Amino acid sequence: MHAGIIFLLVIIGSILFHIFTPWYWTDIASNWKGMDDTITLTFWVGGGVFVAVCLFMIYCVFRYQHKEGRRAEYKPEDKKLEKILTWATTLGVAALLAPGLIIWNQYVNVPKNAIEVDVMAWQWGWQYRLPGKDGKLGTTQVRNIADNNPFGINPDDPFGKDDIMVESDVINLENNRPVKILLRSVDVLHNWYVPQFRAKMDAVPGTVTFYWFEPNKVGEYEVLCAEYCGVGHYAMRGGVEVQDKADYEAWLGEQETFEQLSARYEKLNVDGNKLAKK
Amino acid sequence: MSDEYDNNKSYQAQSSEVMDGSTGSVNPDIDYVRPSEVGEQELYHPHSFIEKWVFCQDAKVIGVQYFLTAVFTGVVGLILSWLMRLQLGFPELAGFMTAEHYYQFVTMHGMIMVVYFLTALFLGGFGNYLIPLMVGARDMVFPYVNMLSFWMFFVAVAVLMASFFVPGGPTGAGWTLYPPQTILEGTPGAGMGILLMLISLSLFVIGFTMGGLNYMITILQARTRGMTLMRMPLTVWGIFTATVLAMLAFPALLVSAIMMTLDKVLQTSFFMPTILKAGEVLEYGGGSPILFQHLFWFFGHPEVYIVALPAFGIVSDLISVHARKNIFGYRMMVWAIVGIGALSFFVWAHHMYVSGMNPWFGFFFATTTLIIAVPTAMKVYNWILTLWRGNIRINVVMLWCLGFIVTFVNGGITGIFLGNVSVDVPLSDTYFVIAHFHMVMGIAPLMVIMGAVYHWFPLVAGKMLDEGLGKWHFWITFLGAYSIYFPMHYLGFIGVPRRYFEMYDSPYMTSAVGMNEFISIAAFIVGAAQFILIFNIIKTLKTGKKAEQNPWKANSLEWYTSTVPPEHGNFGDRLPVVHRWPYDFSVPGAKEDYIPQTTAPSEVIHTEVEKT
Repeated sequence: MHAGIIFLLVIIGSILFHIFTPWYWTDIASNWKGMDDTITLTFWVGGGVFVAVCLFMIYCVFRYQHKEGRRAEYKPEDKKLEKILTWATTLGVAALLAPGLIIWNQYVNVPKNAIEVDVMAWQWGWQYRLPGKDGKLGTTQVRNIADNNPFGINPDDPFGKDDIMVESDVINLENNRPVKILLRSVDVLHNWYVPQFRAKMDAVPGTVTFYWFEPNKVGEYEVLCAEYCGVGHYAMRGGVEVQDKADYEAWLGEQETFEQLSARYEKLNVDGNKLAKK
Repeated sequence: MSDEYDNNKSYQAQSSEVMDGSTGSVNPDIDYVRPSEVGEQELYHPHSFIEKWVFCQDAKVIGVQYFLTAVFTGVVGLILSWLMRLQLGFPELAGFMTAEHYYQFVTMHGMIMVVYFLTALFLGGFGNYLIPLMVGARDMVFPYVNMLSFWMFFVAVAVLMASFFVPGGPTGAGWTLYPPQTILEGTPGAGMGILLMLISLSLFVIGFTMGGLNYMITILQARTRGMTLMRMPLTVWGIFTATVLAMLAFPALLVSAIMMTLDKVLQTSFFMPTILKAGEVLEYGGGSPILFQHLFWFFGHPEVYIVALPAFGIVSDLISVHARKNIFGYRMMVWAIVGIGALSFFVWAHHMYVSGMNPWFGFFFATTTLIIAVPTAMKVYNWILTLWRGNIRINVVMLWCLGFIVTFVNGGITGIFLGNVSVDVPLSDTYFVIAHFHMVMGIAPLMVIMGAVYHWFPLVAGKMLDEGLGKWHFWITFLGAYSIYFPMHYLGFIGVPRRYFEMYDSPYMTSAVGMNEFISIAAFIVGAAQFILIFNIIKTLKTGKKAEQNPWKANSLEWYTSTVPPEHGNFGDRLPVVHRWPYDFSVPGAKEDYIPQTTAPSEVIHTEVEKT
């Protein structure tokens, strides 16, 4: 008998843990509440099935414990019951899949007004680039990367000149404005992940990947790398600061464009050469 | 089973087996079984100690060899997990451990447990021991190749273990070995370590192919008279389907291992794009890291079912025997095993929702993944419906089965979270994933392995394992493992990423420190509890109670050998003839509550047994 009681306590304990857990998701700070809602729905449906199956099992353990001389029922199949269970399960699964696919459809379709943020990852750090006044990012190539061109922007690309170079591992975002995160990596896989935004995607060297979200809570957030990228993986952190429009624009005004950055390096070079000549 | 199955006809009413058209209320021809079409297999009997115990061709010895080697790797994997948990729970006590070490332990733990422990144990261990016995064969059809299979596996394990001792140590690339980092500086063991890993995996696949051919062909061709496919124990169905999966899936692993070896050694660029490393552009270009992921998971997802299907099969048999009741919905169970196996080749990219592959794949793979939940759920229903109205022995074997049901359903449900593409986005690469797959393909199959060990030990060793020690072993393992992995899901909800050597002081993660300490303590205890089994086995072998033949009163053929433990050739002079499925328990009208597969219909003429 005691076996059934312990199993019962395990199930009750699981339910209580879920209700009273101090560990649960961080306050959401983006538009992806639908993901949280689908998780909650899956918890209700899936959790219900889990509890029901386990309670039924425990009932059987109590009710049909071995007694000498008693015979089990002999009934190899019950087509009707099996059919009911199959269809009920199919229905339940479909009910969970539908919202999942609907939200995925939103996730892969980026709104037109989203601002592009180019995130570049390397072992082990982050840097950022924003489109300039023309609203377009210049094309890039890994082979162009140098001190004076951290993103490897093609020097001939006119769209690249006014790109805004953020020389920090913290990026500022405007509150309530969708952002399309463009991910690129120069070496291995990485993943730009802020738990409060819920969204994530791997950065893959050799290609540009993307995802989008709309931050909706002003504040500072920590960026984590969520795809194993070698021995410094755990230390590959960055930051996001979500600001109101006015603050964001003030910050934006302070940033250097690619053209300015190139000019600064040229001046450094010229100065350096002069020093060398002296 | 025939189509008349539903009509609830008893044997007296059946005429389909009557071959000569004669009439009569009790026809002697109801015992008719088709004669065998091929002669008996000639066995090579060992002539020396080495042939008997080392390079042995008896599948039972090979099974035990596989089992012991796999358990050895499992113990190594267990110790590695202790070291990881020490770092995660009590970093101040793990001062000796660098991030390099940690990632090497993570990688080796994962690869060992999935491939060298679970796969080898279920297919190499249980497969070899049980297939010939359960289908009524004298041995595997290719005993010599079978022997080579084990020794190839042995060499693979040796190469893997050697990587602990080479300069740079074993690879620390994560068990998924994702390029480019796997073969680049910046990942521990990117030199010799990864090469040995790739060589070891290739050897494993070669060795496994030799064994797998044996399992498949023995099941298809060497079944005894009367053993139709639909009379096979579900254990055999599970191992058979898993073997077919493995034969189709492992080649993907082999080619990806070969291509990666070429990328490493010859600087080809199968998986390597243009890479900037320490300010230098490397001599790679044009390769696709995502291609590797597709190949890896084309192997990797069926691999989950390569482990799960034998566990499904075995647990079905254990539940049926110890609940003294036929497995509920046998045909549904068989089709579910086959269906899950087939579907498992269409779901691989659900491991890659946020990998950067074309996001439109997500719709397809989420749908196929959730479809697989239906046959899986049917299996769960059938297990608990087998318990229903049973006559359940609550012994150690049954406890492991019950533990399996709880952990498997738990892990299956969390699989629905992760399979459902947009729900996977916040949870992928977090501790939720760790908790999910340990529950569903770590703990749940382990419960089955343990149940199977307690169940078949009397057959293998001729002695009964101690029930009291077994109960301690079960409860510590079950409660401990559950309290490791159940709370761990909630770390994933917080957003704690996996494969983090340490967390520093991120505000939402510091709240998890207490939980990490708790999980680590539970992991130490659960690991230590496994030594109860080893102690139990040693004690039983020395002083244990001698087992009677067929101590559990089961029906399947392995309990009806000429000697216990069975000798080479299994069944003495004459192979058994099978007349029924192995689940005729508690048949109304029968004297005992079980009817062995070898019992002819005329011997149980007054029972209401259904035709199988």
